Amino acid sequence: MKSISILLLLIGLSFITEAQNRYFTRTGYIKFFSTSAVENIEAHNRQVTSFLDIKTGEMVFAVLMKSFEFEKALMQEHFNENYVESDKFPKSTFKGNITNLAEINFAKDGNYEAIVSGDLTIHGVTKPIKSKGTITVKAGNIIAKTVFPVTVADHDIKIPSLVRDNIAKVVEVSVDMTYEKFEK
Amino acid sequence: MKNLKSKTTGILRQKFTLALICILLSGHVFSQDDLMDLLNKSNVDDGRKDYVSATFKSTRIINGQSVETPSGGVLLFLISHRFGPVNGGAYEFFGLDQATIRLGLEYGITDRIAIGVGRSSMDKTFDGFGKYKLLKQAKKGKPVSIDLFSSIALNSLRFANPDRENFFSSRLAFTNQILIARKFNDSFSFQLTPTLVHINLVPDSTFKNDVIAIGAGMRHKLTKRISINAEYFYVLPDQQPKDYSYNSASLGFDIETGGHVFQLHFTNSKGMIERFFIPETKERWSKGGIHFGFNISRVFTLDRKK
Repeated sequence: MKSISILLLLIGLSFITEAQNRYFTRTGYIKFFSTSAVENIEAHNRQVTSFLDIKTGEMVFAVLMKSFEFEKALMQEHFNENYVESDKFPKSTFKGNITNLAEINFAKDGNYEAIVSGDLTIHGVTKPIKSKGTITVKAGNIIAKTVFPVTVADHDIKIPSLVRDNIAKVVEVSVDMTYEKFEK
Repeated sequence: MKNLKSKTTGILRQKFTLALICILLSGHVFSQDDLMDLLNKSNVDDGRKDYVSATFKSTRIINGQSVETPSGGVLLFLISHRFGPVNGGAYEFFGLDQATIRLGLEYGITDRIAIGVGRSSMDKTFDGFGKYKLLKQAKKGKPVSIDLFSSIALNSLRFANPDRENFFSSRLAFTNQILIARKFNDSFSFQLTPTLVHINLVPDSTFKNDVIAIGAGMRHKLTKRISINAEYFYVLPDQQPKDYSYNSASLGFDIETGGHVFQLHFTNSKGMIERFFIPETKERWSKGGIHFGFNISRVFTLDRKK
């Protein structure tokens, strides 16, 4: 009977610790930037949802494509209508892991270098990516930042020849997340 | 007997432990996929209105207004052009010798309110309008978009009889429309346009000052950047003398290239504002009274979002 109680306790504990491992945000920030000889295009999304499990190092992101804001309304319309086809593919997602988890001490404030690899899905096409970033632990929050390139053609996003000079083939994606402890 | 009992309890206990381990394991396995589940459950798009965009590519379907307006801070320059009727034959180079033109500017004060001015070569007419997006179609919201449109047209031709007493008000005509549109899917959009045109001065008493019509327009995308458009305005019967005017029917293509939209079309209407093409379309498709024409729009973003 004792062992059963211990088991039960363990089960209970495992659930509790799992909940404590989790961090999340709904107001994460992602920017993408395209530079070309003709013009620079950038778009901002401040409504990114993400979860982070500090025990397993698992990270997941969901980005609503329609929440990207451009400086020109027509760019935004073309982005949604013609390029990423937001009605067909409303969300982009990332699912991956921090691969150097051992080097990051989430219990102690500080800056840590983090390497994240996983699968990025944009426009319905999934590609493996790997990116180096920083994780800052500060007063119970976790701030994660990274910059990585995305090749537009990799995700089957077609750019017509007429505007080929205006849009970069590789766009720079910047991620800036401030995670809080997740409680149900 | 005692031995047997302890044996069974022993087995039971073992089974119980096994079951618990299973639960524990399953719980663990479950928790591994949990993060993605949490993400999906957290309803990334909740509380946000997913407004439908680009019901039409341009602020015109062909001749008539569409529910689209320039976004807030955007200035749109619209050049509209109609050649003569193709039944002019080779002598008129199938209409290409003649041209009717309208130059227009439209500006989005906000994303919902737009104003515009224009000048048509036909009857040297100035026009001004306001357009208000009353409802916006959304994925989990209103099924249609509704705009209110009101315009005034000023004929600036010299008065035909300068000797008689002429009133400024005789130059004016007004149009009021309700634009009701739905984007059914990615490629197909449809619009209904109940219209009232009021003309202050009509030729004689066989005419009515108010002309009521119902317009219908649609577009169907052929590719991402090219669509086929059609438009028809049905003027309710017994409002005008017989054979004075016919219903306006138009067919065309929209071609979008970055900041421009080119609209190429065939229509039996020569005028490009409601005051002309609804009560005063003088030609018929069946008689070859077809004008080739185009609209070219260019947008300028004056007020950039930060």
